[in-house]
Amino acid sequence: MRDYETFFRTNRLPHIWCPGCGHGIAMKAIAKAIAKLDLDQDKTVIVSGIGCSSRASGYMDFDTLHTAHGRALPFATGIKLANPELNVIVITGDGDCMAIGGNHFIHAARRNIDLTVILFNNNIYGMTGGQASPLTPVEKKATTAPYGTFDRPFNPCEVAKTAGATYIARGTAFHAAPLVDLIAQGIQNKGFSFIETLVQCPTSYGRRNKMGSAAAMLKDMSETVIPLAAYNRLSTEERNEKLPSGVLHTDVFPEYAAEYAKIIKQAGGDKA
Amino acid sequence: MKEIRLSGSGGQGLITAGIILAEAAIMEGKQAVQSQSYGPEARGGSSKAEVLIDDHFIYHPKVVNPQIFLAMTQQAMDKYSHDLTPDSIVIVDEDLVQNPHGSEHIVKVPITNLSVEHLGRDLFANIIALGLLVKVTGAVSFETIQKAVAKRVPPATVPKNMEALRIGYESIQ
Amino acid sequence: MSEARLMQGNEACAEGAVAAGVRFFGGYPITPSTEIAEYMAVNLPKVGGNFIQMEDEIAGIGVILGASLAGKKALTATSGPGFSLKQELIGYAAIAEIPAVIVNVQRMGPSTGQPTSPAQADIMQARWGTHGDHPMIALSPWTVRESFDVAVKAVNYSERFRTPVIILLDEVVGHLRERVELPSAHEIEIYPRRMPNTTKAQGYKAYTPMEDLVPNPANFGTGYRIHCTGLVHDETGFPSGSPKVTEQTIHRLHEKIMRVQDEITHYDEFFMDDAEIAVVAFGGTARTAYAAVEAARHAGQKVGMVRMMTIWPFAENVMRNLAKRVKGILVPEMNYGQYVYEVERAAAAQARVVSLPKYDAEVFTPDEIKQAIEKLAAEVAK
Repeated sequence: MRDYETFFRTNRLPHIWCPGCGHGIAMKAIAKAIAKLDLDQDKTVIVSGIGCSSRASGYMDFDTLHTAHGRALPFATGIKLANPELNVIVITGDGDCMAIGGNHFIHAARRNIDLTVILFNNNIYGMTGGQASPLTPVEKKATTAPYGTFDRPFNPCEVAKTAGATYIARGTAFHAAPLVDLIAQGIQNKGFSFIETLVQCPTSYGRRNKMGSAAAMLKDMSETVIPLAAYNRLSTEERNEKLPSGVLHTDVFPEYAAEYAKIIKQAGGDKA
Repeated sequence: MKEIRLSGSGGQGLITAGIILAEAAIMEGKQAVQSQSYGPEARGGSSKAEVLIDDHFIYHPKVVNPQIFLAMTQQAMDKYSHDLTPDSIVIVDEDLVQNPHGSEHIVKVPITNLSVEHLGRDLFANIIALGLLVKVTGAVSFETIQKAVAKRVPPATVPKNMEALRIGYESIQ
Repeated sequence: MSEARLMQGNEACAEGAVAAGVRFFGGYPITPSTEIAEYMAVNLPKVGGNFIQMEDEIAGIGVILGASLAGKKALTATSGPGFSLKQELIGYAAIAEIPAVIVNVQRMGPSTGQPTSPAQADIMQARWGTHGDHPMIALSPWTVRESFDVAVKAVNYSERFRTPVIILLDEVVGHLRERVELPSAHEIEIYPRRMPNTTKAQGYKAYTPMEDLVPNPANFGTGYRIHCTGLVHDETGFPSGSPKVTEQTIHRLHEKIMRVQDEITHYDEFFMDDAEIAVVAFGGTARTAYAAVEAARHAGQKVGMVRMMTIWPFAENVMRNLAKRVKGILVPEMNYGQYVYEVERAAAAQARVVSLPKYDAEVFTPDEIKQAIEKLAAEVAK
């Protein structure tokens, strides 16, 4: 196994994330997953959108693409189709993926194109100072929800499942070691893989909602997020307070780029 | 320059007829342009196709002086006839256009009924109309229009389309 | 040269793009550009290329920018509403210097407007549609054959300058079928994808400008491990907050195109030798203008025509000189008056510039333009 540290552009560090932010843990988990699978560094592309999470692409030593807000998935789709031998990993945030990029998300999942999407879910628009996202839980406060949110958040894993993703998992910044495996399995799945990663944002989310320090937020996470098997044993009422983690769903469906290669063959373009 | 307008209802195949006429002109080494206008309906709304044929490059691509105007519905007759001149020749499907107007030179042929009667379906009305247009305009030879139709239509339908062309061509003296 | 055949403008544009090496199309169906997507769906897989219908217009340009970064020449096609939606990523392509061609088959707007009716009302949007400062190359063909040629040029320019290039078709030319003879493959000059000219060991930086001010960022997957961003970046490709870098970047983006402005300004002159009146026109309107000018010549008017293929960058020198040669300039366009403002500015009162707008969802008739020529001739004769 390669040392994951070789996957960072050390001259671009330190990163811009706030003290206590969970993004660094999630980014490290991705690097470790890549190391674990021994992916070719020159054949792996990291694509991101806009937001705190999406700055990760700049720190990672691959071909990296920091796209426009919400648009990581269309760019990533173009890269994968243009050169299917590339491993394409997408880093996105809750606003980037589930609000402005929501349409791209469901359609990339529907196509089952071989992308691995890691959603850094910090429940807030962090970079712009704490506005509510579609993943901000009800009654939590944000600068654009000063009296508390009242609109329902998405469950992104359920959205991914309904849209057709063939690998869906949830991990957290607290459970850092299992997260590496969840991401690695996602990369290995030949199809659209989605890993929701819960991360703490003490600065723009925790502080406004009196959730305490980063450590306190991680402790909460450790209590709220439990393995799927344990979650399944709970009563419906008890489940309201918890979130399942681990591999939540897998499915088998033809992968888009491979299917298109068949179209090319059918049209005679494989000899062109 | 020959300036021809074909009009009717979407689904009657008049845009295809216009394309075939323009392709025939090109086969004879002429210049040809074809354009169309239509509403949002693929079927049922009025549509028109225009074909210009000349020996020289055609700049303005739309009919300015309609020499030949084909109407396959009353609605199209009324909608696209505003610029007819006394010299325009108006060709109508006499069963579908009760009130042809705009010019005194009116050619009435039961185009759609000829298709149903001789070929079993109304599907060939556009090709019958094309045969008729070639007869009236002399824009291309009958042999060329046969070639152009044969090139466009599905191979299995070539005999019926050839028959349709002939019916149209011979429907008037 | 191929055999003469009847072909539609949209189809010729698509065929030209493929001939120039386009191997990736992403887009969303929209009238009156859909024939381009349909052509690509049939023909790209035949040459080993990709067609993908995306979920929306924004994805349609996003996917081609990704494909372009991975090394494929890429194109998308749209019309008014879709062109509006694509603007942000056109700006992304400009600053991240990603080759891409965007075809806009103009239709009547604003908004849904008259979807099947012609217009040339996106002239200013093509230049100024995105936020921020960047130059733009936009080409507008007036014949079906030229739709092919313009597509080849657009692809070549996008690769050479690593910039988005817009093809401003209009419904008139896009949907027109006419006789064409297309060049064969060996008659077409193709500008290849630019490649890094140094290795990583030699200190390669993805965004170091070459002598022509254009950088050579490596295709993804070729071992250079570059970073590409829509943020202002320095030669390394990484974000920079420096005012100096920002100023240099914006200046270079303009200069890489403006330094060769004359070379990429394509236009034709007709009947201009002794002309006192010039009609300046482009796209479908130029065809009608030609018929009008020819008719006016027959009637004894000293009138000529300047037909613009290059809409942007604006042909500053051409228009400045034209204003010195003639007494009056007539600018017919299928909009409320757009290009005419640039002509008027360049003319700097050296000639009388008159707008002939048209916004009733119909094309001009030759007579409408001929009458305007006569009116202008009478005015400048006073």
